[in-house]
Amino acid sequence: MSHADTHDAHDDHHHGPVTLKDGFVPWALRWIGTTNHKDLGTLYLIFAFTMFFIGGVMSLIIRAELFQPGMQLVSPEFFNSMTTMHALVMIFGGVMPGFVGLANWMVPLMIGAGDLALPRVNNWGFWILPFAFTLLLSTLFMDGGGPASGWTMYPPLVLQTGDALPFVIFAIHLMGISSITGAINVIVTILNLRAPSMTLLKMPLFVWTWLITAYLLIAVMPVLAGAVTMLLTDRYFGTSFFTAAGGGDPVMFQHIFWFFGHPEVYILILPAFGIVSTIIPTFARKALFGYDSMVYATASIAFLSFIVWAHHMFTVGMPVAGELFFMFATMLIAVPTGVKVFNWIATMWRGSMTFETPMLFAVGFVFLFTIGGFSGLMLAIAPADFQYHDSYFVVAHFHYVLVPGAVFSIIAGVYYWIPKWTGVMYSEFWGKVHFWLSAIFINVTFFPQHFVGLAGMPRRIPDYNGQFADFNWISTVGAFAFFLAQFIFIFNMMRCMARKGEKATDRVWEGAHGLEWTVPSPAPYHTFEVPPEQISIPEDELTAVHDEFDALDGHKLT
Amino acid sequence: MSVKTMLKFVSGLMAWGMSSAALAAWEVNMPVGVTEISREVHGLHMLIFWVCVAIGVVVFGAMFYSVFAHRKSRHPKPADFHESTLVEIIWTIIPFGILIAMAIPAAGTLIRMEDTRGTDMTVKITGYQWKWQYEYMDHDISYFSTLDAKSNEARRLGSGIDPATVDNYLLEVDNRLVLPVGKKVRFLLTSNDVIHAWWVPDLAVKKDAVPGYINEMWTQIDEPGIYRGQCAELCGRDHGFMPVVVEAVSQEDFDAWVAGKTGGAQEAAAEEAVAEEPAEASVEAAAEPEEAPAAEQVAAAEAPAAEPAAAEMSKDELMASGEKVYQTYCSACHQAGGEGLPPAFPALKGSAIATGDQAAHIDIVLNGKNAMTPFGGTLNDEQLAAVITYERNAWGNDTGDVVQPAQIKAAR
Repeated sequence: MSHADTHDAHDDHHHGPVTLKDGFVPWALRWIGTTNHKDLGTLYLIFAFTMFFIGGVMSLIIRAELFQPGMQLVSPEFFNSMTTMHALVMIFGGVMPGFVGLANWMVPLMIGAGDLALPRVNNWGFWILPFAFTLLLSTLFMDGGGPASGWTMYPPLVLQTGDALPFVIFAIHLMGISSITGAINVIVTILNLRAPSMTLLKMPLFVWTWLITAYLLIAVMPVLAGAVTMLLTDRYFGTSFFTAAGGGDPVMFQHIFWFFGHPEVYILILPAFGIVSTIIPTFARKALFGYDSMVYATASIAFLSFIVWAHHMFTVGMPVAGELFFMFATMLIAVPTGVKVFNWIATMWRGSMTFETPMLFAVGFVFLFTIGGFSGLMLAIAPADFQYHDSYFVVAHFHYVLVPGAVFSIIAGVYYWIPKWTGVMYSEFWGKVHFWLSAIFINVTFFPQHFVGLAGMPRRIPDYNGQFADFNWISTVGAFAFFLAQFIFIFNMMRCMARKGEKATDRVWEGAHGLEWTVPSPAPYHTFEVPPEQISIPEDELTAVHDEFDALDGHKLT
Repeated sequence: MSVKTMLKFVSGLMAWGMSSAALAAWEVNMPVGVTEISREVHGLHMLIFWVCVAIGVVVFGAMFYSVFAHRKSRHPKPADFHESTLVEIIWTIIPFGILIAMAIPAAGTLIRMEDTRGTDMTVKITGYQWKWQYEYMDHDISYFSTLDAKSNEARRLGSGIDPATVDNYLLEVDNRLVLPVGKKVRFLLTSNDVIHAWWVPDLAVKKDAVPGYINEMWTQIDEPGIYRGQCAELCGRDHGFMPVVVEAVSQEDFDAWVAGKTGGAQEAAAEEAVAEEPAEASVEAAAEPEEAPAAEQVAAAEAPAAEPAAAEMSKDELMASGEKVYQTYCSACHQAGGEGLPPAFPALKGSAIATGDQAAHIDIVLNGKNAMTPFGGTLNDEQLAAVITYERNAWGNDTGDVVQPAQIKAAR
């Protein structure tokens, strides 16, 4: 049905993509006009890593200024716009497009679909992003500088932003449109284009977590759009949604923002759960423990994420009943999250593990994400949160769940699947060096931030008293080392993209069972033009399955 | 980074072993604090911390044992179990039980923290960009508290002053909040511009100061001492430079301070009026917070509320003291050279206000406008006259205007 339509629309691409050999202009037009999920997945990932680099440079400016007490490098307002931009770029430009890129590449391959259900929408969703971020980054050069009120954009402070404000708001609208189109596409694809015998509870967990994430995106991105639009009208059209002097309420913005913001936190981590749940069974050579409970736990986390938002606002002055409710609800999230961690460890338990780079990053994820989970549990305790709130303890907490959490999972996913994408193996030696340097320096960077936070250092300050100096310089050293270590990854991946290295087998990993490993390496431009009959690969049948494939265009010969 | 950092590290380690002052620099934990609530909060913090450590030991212990023992080289044949409803139920219920055990004491402390009944006195705290105003509701005392002059000078980009040479760098103010020990003090928090948050870790109090809202919280300090904190909610460019300093004193000392403040205010104002350069006197007092007793400092800041004498001043006098006032109160936004930070903070250099109608200029400084703070309550007539004169003649504005304290008095 819809499969056949997609097939016809792509007839001109049928004999493989245009390459640089066909001339620069046709090559560029191919990438601009492409509706192929693999092309767009690649574009999303390249975009995401470009943004990780830009956001990373911003974090280095922040860390350099905080290397020692006193103002040495930048002005306080520039410092504030660096913290603001770093967050916006990393969240909306790095982690989210990174996950969308992986979904683009892998969801169709994992469910046996020929492409995403809405290929043109997919193209549009991606090509909005470069414009959105060009717009966002250009505000740094505007009168009054970039946005400097934190990525949370609390009024009334945000209304003091200079000329940048409407551009930032427009950029956020664009990012929201991109996310929503991506989310709709993922949902429609998963619900309609699965291989006939793949029932919902047989889907790979990465597909499940992305399905739930996509619903979260559709539910909350419009809320953010509404909130920032109200900021726009408050500033330019004389409304007073958030201005106390006009009868508005500045705290209302925080409620609306965090009603978006807390589910957003899970948008940034649920796909990571899916990636880790895919990688660990492969390298443990053992099926994922408690598949059903993993699905239910993911769904519970998604539901709970809608009723805990005000724990970001414990100090705002809520009634005590409200504080109690949000404290209890927040603590409850620890239960399904704990179930996931226990299930991962039970999957490893009595497996037969090897530790190739993707597995190292996945195990590193479980360990370090859980540390972030522990500090999250501490933050849930409202009376203690009054001390932690807006201190470096919080900074340490959310960087633990986002960097060795979300970012490690993206890196793990790229190592895991890039042999399938490019047909060559990355360098295992340099992959391991990359992992160990990353794992060590991420802790050097963020662990000391727990200490300064507890000792009383507020977040988002450009300068501090000498009592915080020692842990701050350690943190700065760690940040620079972590940043430099990522170049190993970039070069390792570029080597694969240049097709240099050992040829990958079709299955790549001894313990891999998903549908994506039934297609040749590198994956042909078009795959699963006819839905596959089986949905995972039993040990002994693997060879037989890909013998049926024509390595050139993915047609079944028979 | 290399040698200097290594030296720093080594000397840090040495100092760590030797002095308690350096111990503070390696402080890794939340302060126990000096109130019953802060001790409870610290107890909760340590309890949840040890609960996490215990869970961590079990979970990570199992994980690392598995990583060690169940690797392919030691365990070549994987087991094939992959589900157990019983196990799933067990590890759902156990964490649930732990959480309930945690939630009960946490709820108790939370309810006690939010119980503001039966307080002995009330202080209203108002956040401004970037200072605090303290109003003692029971004593008719009101003053502003800003970053002290030494820190303020050292924290400028490229100031050339080593922060290590400034006592309590960024954690000292001109006028501390003076509170009696052993009394339940209620704070009413609000803001005049953007959202701030008032935080003193030793008291375990932190709450947002939100414009249009009045938030409540309380503390009861057990031990006399000086307790330092900072603004915790991002409030613009000088967010990192609006510390909170609480000076807890015995009831007798507090009474004496109050008496000095309320009874002595007229006296102090009268003294100031006959002084040659009254505005400068108050700036000087602000610059020497360590030597000046709290009562005297506050008296100086309190002066605007009292009746000042409207003596004629020369243009030179006005310009000299006006520059000092400008650097203290205005330059954070409008910049030392009057160039401002447009569009939020307009330039004064060559501006329509600073070179146009005097009355409009006086009005905006006295009463504020948009992001501009009203200074009518902060500065006295001489200071206002001086700073307005300065603004109208500095940086090539050269209007030649001289604004006298009497004009300010008339405009109030």
